[in-house]
Amino acid sequence: MSDGTATPGPAPKSAYFLSDEDKEVERRTLAVIVDNEPGVLARVVGLFSGRGYNIDSLTVAEVDASQHRSRITIVTQGTAHILEQIEAQLLRIVPVAEVIDITNSKRGIERELALVKVAGTGEKRVEALRIGEIFRAHVIDTTNESFIFEVTGASDKLTQFVDLMRPLGLVEVSRTGVLSIKRGKEKG
Amino acid sequence: MNTKTKAKPAAETADTSTPRMMTGAQIVVEALREQGVSVMFGYPGGAVLPIYDALYGQDAIRHILVRHEQGAGHAAEGYARSTGKCGVALVTSGPGATNMVTPITDAMMDSIPMVVITGQVPTHLIGTDAFQECDTTGITRTCAKHNYLVTDVNQLARTIHEAFYIATNGRPGPVVIDIPKDIQFATGPYVGKAGILKPTYVPQTEPLPEAIKATVDLITKAWRPIFYTGGGVINSGPRASKLLRELQAMTGIPVTSTLMGLGAFPAAHPDWLGMVGMHGSFEANNAMHDCDLMICVGARFDDRVTGRVDAFSPNSKKVHIDIDASSINKIVRVDIPVLADCAQALEAILKELKARKAQLPDLAPWKEEIGAWRARRCFGYKNSSDVIKPQYAVERLYALTKDHDTYITTEVGQHQMWAAQFYHFNEPNRWMTSGGLGTMGYGLPAAVGVQSAHPDALVIDIAGEASIQMMMQELSTAVQHKLPVKVFILNNEWMGMVRQWQELLHGERYSHSYSESLPDFVKLADALGAYGIRCDDPAELDAKILEMVNHPGPVLFDCRVERAENCLPMIPSGSAHNQMILGEITGNEIGEAGRGLV
Repeated sequence: MSDGTATPGPAPKSAYFLSDEDKEVERRTLAVIVDNEPGVLARVVGLFSGRGYNIDSLTVAEVDASQHRSRITIVTQGTAHILEQIEAQLLRIVPVAEVIDITNSKRGIERELALVKVAGTGEKRVEALRIGEIFRAHVIDTTNESFIFEVTGASDKLTQFVDLMRPLGLVEVSRTGVLSIKRGKEKG
Repeated sequence: MNTKTKAKPAAETADTSTPRMMTGAQIVVEALREQGVSVMFGYPGGAVLPIYDALYGQDAIRHILVRHEQGAGHAAEGYARSTGKCGVALVTSGPGATNMVTPITDAMMDSIPMVVITGQVPTHLIGTDAFQECDTTGITRTCAKHNYLVTDVNQLARTIHEAFYIATNGRPGPVVIDIPKDIQFATGPYVGKAGILKPTYVPQTEPLPEAIKATVDLITKAWRPIFYTGGGVINSGPRASKLLRELQAMTGIPVTSTLMGLGAFPAAHPDWLGMVGMHGSFEANNAMHDCDLMICVGARFDDRVTGRVDAFSPNSKKVHIDIDASSINKIVRVDIPVLADCAQALEAILKELKARKAQLPDLAPWKEEIGAWRARRCFGYKNSSDVIKPQYAVERLYALTKDHDTYITTEVGQHQMWAAQFYHFNEPNRWMTSGGLGTMGYGLPAAVGVQSAHPDALVIDIAGEASIQMMMQELSTAVQHKLPVKVFILNNEWMGMVRQWQELLHGERYSHSYSESLPDFVKLADALGAYGIRCDDPAELDAKILEMVNHPGPVLFDCRVERAENCLPMIPSGSAHNQMILGEITGNEIGEAGRGLV
């Protein structure tokens, strides 16, 4: 508080020009807790397409049947300014209850699951199995000429696993997209 | 903290008494009645017949039958804007719903509270491409604030009450309720509105004390402050306008406003700068550019207001009061965000300012500077005794109607800007215009809505000859329902704003902007059962305006004006606030970057 006397000081700097600093694009994982009502996923996804934001990954499932709450995990990217807008615009959607910024939390954990089908015989088949063990992948189906691996972990680990399988007879990949939660006893 | 949770709602109170059972259609009418709806606008059709049957023979709700569903939507908007209440429209499925898309989007852009009830094909036919079926909730998902498809009659009453809650709380907006025909016939319980809200939607209305303190800190140090106010002040209710005036009186800070905010601050006040933006006043735009403190109250830094964003008010601290967090820091970075209802924020600032008893800076030098800009008389135009200048027409209309209980609506284009420049508003809720979406055809149905709320008022739609043709069938609605609206057409035989931009940007190649084959508006009025007046002589204008005002029924006034007049001053697209065109358009005003803008 001023002392009550008003004298002209130096011109205040506009905050506007500070925004030039945030041209850098960041990746961000957001958990969006919503009322599980018809159309809610379309509202969230439509917001991203309608306003020109990116979705790199999307997962959704009901997590609390009694409260009808679903959890949508979205991996997106943008400048700090865009990311701030994304959060504000998400909260503007009526059935959105909460937006949790996983990336900006030190306690954030992200996991993804992949099913990876590899076909091959002989040396390649043995090598695929060996690498699967290194990645702690489970074999959930096998024939004489193929495996299906179930592998979980951070997204880049899954990508690495898939890349290693490519020369060994990679047939097909199915990935869940990123799931996220925070460490510790607190919710959210 | 990086988890954003919406505020916790108060516990809902459960109604334990035995609910009344009624049909879905009766539930709709009962819920509207309980919500205090006395006027609604609509058009019947197959999928809403049960609701129309429930409306038959009751007199709690007056139903205004329009001529096109879009008219029902704009009428509901006009009603809402002029009363502060929620507008209501009722239309059928398929084309009824798709014709509502424009007014729903319009209401979304301008934050108008509106509940739209659409009929839908029976639930067992949904998804079969049935007759007059469309995916109404899918189509309106991005243009409405919220929408519902009701598939259980037990949820119907609750849903309607929730829709009103959502439409009118926080930043207002349109809510669509799609009701399949079998749900209208089914029997279910009526639930009252008490205690119904949406737990995931509880907007913050109370400002944070730190933000108010920081704002007052800035006010006590600002030598060149300005209030930049918007439609949010009107939406916040008359109390917000009153508090704005009180705060202005205490601080002496000059005030400008967006198109949507006109009337919140009296135009007759010496510290009123006129409208800001592309066709705003020279003094308002220069003051915005050169201020050291900008207090934005319920406005959203729209591109019509900011002009070139990287040259927008370069040396000011900015405070932004808004109820919608997504509006803050969206276009322009602000120093002090104040997430709150306008009235509550203004009240808190007043209280803090009074408590401090601080001596405020002397604004005399700032006002002197503003006075020099004002002296340019930016709205000056060359009048004529041979032809009616559009500016003169609006000036005379203002002079001859200002002492009436007047409400003004407009269409979209040059006439809209001339109305904003030359018709002056001293009270909120008197000015209805399509600002965000810019919907030609808005004005006449909006006037119908306004007149139905204020039967004894003088309601004038200031129109252009092109815009009026988009919704002119609604004159028939006005005749049927004895709503004596006056349509004052500034007829220059051009889509004037399109023509002006073609002059500015496209080397005077006037592609498809001339209004060919215009109807004879006097005969048209006659054919529709209204009264037609034509005037092309400045000397007769006053008498004819008075004739219009004194006529007891709807009037279509064909005011033939100067054809080539441009709407000035103007900030060309891509330019800054201090680069206004004042005099004549040369065709070289807009640079390469600006040509791609709208």
